[in-house]
Amino acid sequence: MRGNNIMGIIFSNLHEDLISEITDRRTMGAVPFGGRYRLIDFPLSNMVNSGINKIGVLTKSNYQSLIDHLGTGKSWDLSRKHDGLFILPPFFNTSEYSNRLTTLNSIMPFLKNSSEEYVVISDCDTICNIDYQDVCSKHLENGADITLVYKRDQIPAKLHDPAVLSFDSRGKVIDVLINPDITGSCSFYMNMMLIKRELLMDLISKCISKNTLNFKRDIIQAEYQKLNVYGYEFKGFAPIMTSMGDYFNANMQLMKNEVRQDLFRGDRPIYTKVRDDMPTKYGLGSKVTNSLIANGCIIEGEVENCVLFKGVHIGKGTKVSNCVIMQDTKIGAKSNLSYVIVDKDVVIKDERTLVGFLSYPVYISKESVV
Amino acid sequence: MYPKQEVVAMLLAGGQGSRLGVLTQKLAKPAVPFGGKYRIIDFPLSNCVNSGIEAVGVLTQYQPLVLNEYIGSGQPWDLDSMNSGVRVLSPYQQVKGADWYSGTANAIYQNITYIDRYNPDYVVILSGDHIYKMDYSKMIAAHKENNADCTIAVIDVPLAEASRFGIMNTNPDGSIYEFEEKPAHPKSTNASMGIYVFSWDKLRKYLIEDEETEGSEHDFGKNILPKMLEDGQRMFAYQFQGYWKDVGTIDSLWESNMDLLDPNIPLDLNDESWKIYSRNPVVPPHYISSSAEVQNSLIADGCDISGSVDFSVLFNNVTVKQGAVVQDSIIMPGCVIEEGAVVQYAIVSENTVIGKNAVIGARPEDFEDKDNWGIAVIGDNLTIGAGAKVQPKAMISEDIEEVE
Repeated sequence: MRGNNIMGIIFSNLHEDLISEITDRRTMGAVPFGGRYRLIDFPLSNMVNSGINKIGVLTKSNYQSLIDHLGTGKSWDLSRKHDGLFILPPFFNTSEYSNRLTTLNSIMPFLKNSSEEYVVISDCDTICNIDYQDVCSKHLENGADITLVYKRDQIPAKLHDPAVLSFDSRGKVIDVLINPDITGSCSFYMNMMLIKRELLMDLISKCISKNTLNFKRDIIQAEYQKLNVYGYEFKGFAPIMTSMGDYFNANMQLMKNEVRQDLFRGDRPIYTKVRDDMPTKYGLGSKVTNSLIANGCIIEGEVENCVLFKGVHIGKGTKVSNCVIMQDTKIGAKSNLSYVIVDKDVVIKDERTLVGFLSYPVYISKESVV
Repeated sequence: MYPKQEVVAMLLAGGQGSRLGVLTQKLAKPAVPFGGKYRIIDFPLSNCVNSGIEAVGVLTQYQPLVLNEYIGSGQPWDLDSMNSGVRVLSPYQQVKGADWYSGTANAIYQNITYIDRYNPDYVVILSGDHIYKMDYSKMIAAHKENNADCTIAVIDVPLAEASRFGIMNTNPDGSIYEFEEKPAHPKSTNASMGIYVFSWDKLRKYLIEDEETEGSEHDFGKNILPKMLEDGQRMFAYQFQGYWKDVGTIDSLWESNMDLLDPNIPLDLNDESWKIYSRNPVVPPHYISSSAEVQNSLIADGCDISGSVDFSVLFNNVTVKQGAVVQDSIIMPGCVIEEGAVVQYAIVSENTVIGKNAVIGARPEDFEDKDNWGIAVIGDNLTIGAGAKVQPKAMISEDIEEVE
């Protein structure tokens, strides 16, 4: 059965400054990940798998790559007669999209014209497989006005304005601290919330009229005492992309069986745009260990601890270890790469050596020739 | 009113393919998985699209469920246009009664209405059991140039094998003066590939005539083509160069899959200009663990490999556990090869579990009774118990119990 009275809103380009190398020519949502995905595939698939079939994708600038990826939404089953995918770029000028709250204000007509009772709002920079149906049933059980999804962990060093939550024994939010000085594990908000659509519209209008424009401070922090705000702890794999190191590590985590089981669950698959690549071809003398490899690769060399995207070629006598190599990159013969993130369509010729370090992987930008 | 299509392709996909045994028990031959992610029908369908043909009728009869579901709207092949695209044509009840498709020609005859609504000049007849990449538009161009009524694609086969095929004997200008079906002493090596281009007005007339002819088997090879030749219609052979294989038998299906691993065989599925399209499953990339050894193989998305894989084709979501060995084999989607199992020279159909330490098939050099050696075939959704042994050339359609 389709349709469950929830609509989705995805912010596709927040926090891009944190991984500026990869987002130089694309939005956060279009950042490639895990061999065949883009970051937006995760929130989109999570929403679709939770029965949400009306999703608005907010995008401010540099969104060619994102739109190319999304198309009509067919790959996520969002190319529908009713509802489906809505791409929402700024109407007139990008200043309307200067922050989260003004962005939401500028899509008021979209919110107003919808009939769903609830809205799920998510960013693209957290990679996870979450069931919003479960968030919604907890929301209803608690009689909540707003449910904030959080995780218990150490706050990533560069996370922008983290909101740390405290709860009473029933999970109701009793304190919200923004950007506090905390070391060690705490409960911090994952920039995913469930809220009644009409309440969201009221709160936005109120903030705009008072010119208080910080979503976390002026909505979450200002309202938690007046409203029923509850937390929902997400316990699965959920890395946040706050640095190139995070991006690299999150890719490497996919070598763990339990991480793949958690992220790529059979009952809640992650959808993405398909390309008709043939299966990956392993040549004579190829040697591959502990790697995640997409279709369409041709491997004649040695690969260890790597994520290879679609259509990557690894030449004879070449050794790549601890690398993330994005789609259609061709690496010639007798080269040696270690701790390198190679973007799309790069050509690395024969007998090249590129070496980074775990804490500082080298990045090769899109379409370079080495 | 449908817009005119210069060419309509009709794909004969109704055959049972009984020589493939358990592999075609539940599905029609064109739906048999091939090459790690494809089904056989992806080849003719993709050839049509890449040749610019926009209207394709797929004639189904035997076990059509899997095939129908696979073709769906035709979207994966870009065959879901508003007024054209792919149409699945099954036999149907008519005012005068109900008939199955009684022969290849009868199948087309029963769908004259479908073809007529596009008002085509030419009709291409294809079959759903060949692996090849071919530009039909070049063949159609040759047909036009020769001002032909019928053009038959032929491929040069070794003289020793010619007696297994339908042989076309031609004049120097390429016109056909004689057919010989599986001749003992072939005069030429031009084997018919089962691909025909007809001028539609001519074919239409012959189909109607053939339908009224008593005793006809309503078959292209046996009735239509000989009749046209007898009547002196302009019939030409079109020489095809490239890879072409009939995958109607276990051996040829296995060989054709293995051909994909041979860099010297001209069947490049990575060619951007002539892609083979298919319906893609929603699965993550495949994972090769630290204990795995993989060489000379094709491995599709979603696999999880911890054992040793050599000279094999693995479809999506195959699990090969630590210590298991897969060699010279084809493993279809969703299979699990448990620890210590050895699979050699075998085809394992979808979602089958090969238990721990089970032994499937054998290398020819390790098997004494050479006459009874062959590819072992395991059906779909079976469980081969731990320690069980399956002989080469065996065809398994039921679970096998664990052996202590």
